[in-house]
Amino acid sequence: MFAADFDYYRAGSVAEAGQLLAQHPGAKLLAGGHSLIPLLKLRLAVPPALIDIGRVAELRDIALEGGGLRIGALATHAEIARSDAVREHAAALAEAAGQIGDPAVRNRGTIGGNVAHADPASDLPAVLVALGATLAVTGQGGERSIDAGDFFTGVMMTSLGEDELLTSVRIPSAAGRGTAYVKFSHPASRYAVIGVAASVALDAGPGESVCTDASVAIGGLVPGPVRCSAVEEALKGRAPSGEALAAAAAAVAQDLGGDLLGDVFASADYRGAVAPVYVERAIAAAAGRATQA
Amino acid sequence: MKVPVRITVNGRRFEHEVEPRLLLAHYIRDLGGLTGTKVGCDTSQCGSCTVLIDGVSAKSCTTLAVQADGANVTTIEGLADGDALHPLQESFWDRHGLQCGFCTPGMILAAYELLRTNASPSDAEIRHGLEGNLCRCTGYQNIVRAVRDAAAQMAAADQ
Repeated sequence: MFAADFDYYRAGSVAEAGQLLAQHPGAKLLAGGHSLIPLLKLRLAVPPALIDIGRVAELRDIALEGGGLRIGALATHAEIARSDAVREHAAALAEAAGQIGDPAVRNRGTIGGNVAHADPASDLPAVLVALGATLAVTGQGGERSIDAGDFFTGVMMTSLGEDELLTSVRIPSAAGRGTAYVKFSHPASRYAVIGVAASVALDAGPGESVCTDASVAIGGLVPGPVRCSAVEEALKGRAPSGEALAAAAAAVAQDLGGDLLGDVFASADYRGAVAPVYVERAIAAAAGRATQA
Repeated sequence: MKVPVRITVNGRRFEHEVEPRLLLAHYIRDLGGLTGTKVGCDTSQCGSCTVLIDGVSAKSCTTLAVQADGANVTTIEGLADGDALHPLQESFWDRHGLQCGFCTPGMILAAYELLRTNASPSDAEIRHGLEGNLCRCTGYQNIVRAVRDAAAQMAAADQ
């Protein structure tokens, strides 16, 4: 398959990428290309130009900053999955990044490209919502920060402006909490049929630990990641085991509503029926790690 | 628009002017004349187009040639040392890790990536490491045996 013809410009810095974006209306940014190139080949996207930011070194770092993580937009899934800092402070993100596609895909695909592409079957959006991430973007109007919960607006839609570039993802440290990502992946593409991210805090008192705070988000079967507030409320004040866990997971039906995505591989009804199973696994895994913390 | 690219493939330096939309897989096959790299599904799922870019595995059907400008690319043709096959090539031969052979170049380079990051993988780790490469002939049993053997040979050679 061949993409339609396009012009190609290579940016050496964030500032240069911004200038190129302003000069070439309708241009798309190219990082690893693992979301964009398939769209170009299918001609679902026919941009007049690509601006390659893949060599902008300042976007590559993963760093600890002010008690949280700053992950450059060009960090690859492989780099995130094996980063000690990410594993310690945002275990669910390392876990999700390590399950994207396959090793060769993880070597090239980037967090920035993944997030800006906003595929509903992507793994990272639900994780970023559950972990309370913010996305740093820069454009003609200057820099701004967008909560992950406000960033994803629909199927392949985000609140990113045409002239804006996603530069980094900031994640508050989840140290002390337990976080996990559990997915039901499509066996060939490895895209998420259902993906659930959870972050759970437990009290440290005597006796059985009780959930003091939970943050849960689900993706794969919805246009954009959905924060599961009904699940979270059902968990709070309860010991995360047995019936309480199952009851909390069942509450995901309220969070999802009735309008689910389906395709030839998994119908909407099927996904809705299986969702509580994956919610339960995710919160159980997160709670298990919180206990160890 | 055409863009100049310089790509070293298996140690040989190439210079071309290419359309930005040219995929690395087609660059290697059509301009490099190296047809070991296969295009199978063309959707980054099957792994037949796997090559190494600066030593790290990548799917060349989902990489533009312009993205590899300045890089060192290794294809299946570049793995052998002269007439001496790479241990992975030897073990795929010895263990019958192929039937039709279409997936084999990508499979061997994916296995190379696996052994680069994990020198003595378990069978489960081998299967996991090759999850991005599909073989429709063998049922994978002999591929796993071949990778296991190659890992042992490479470990013995290192000592």
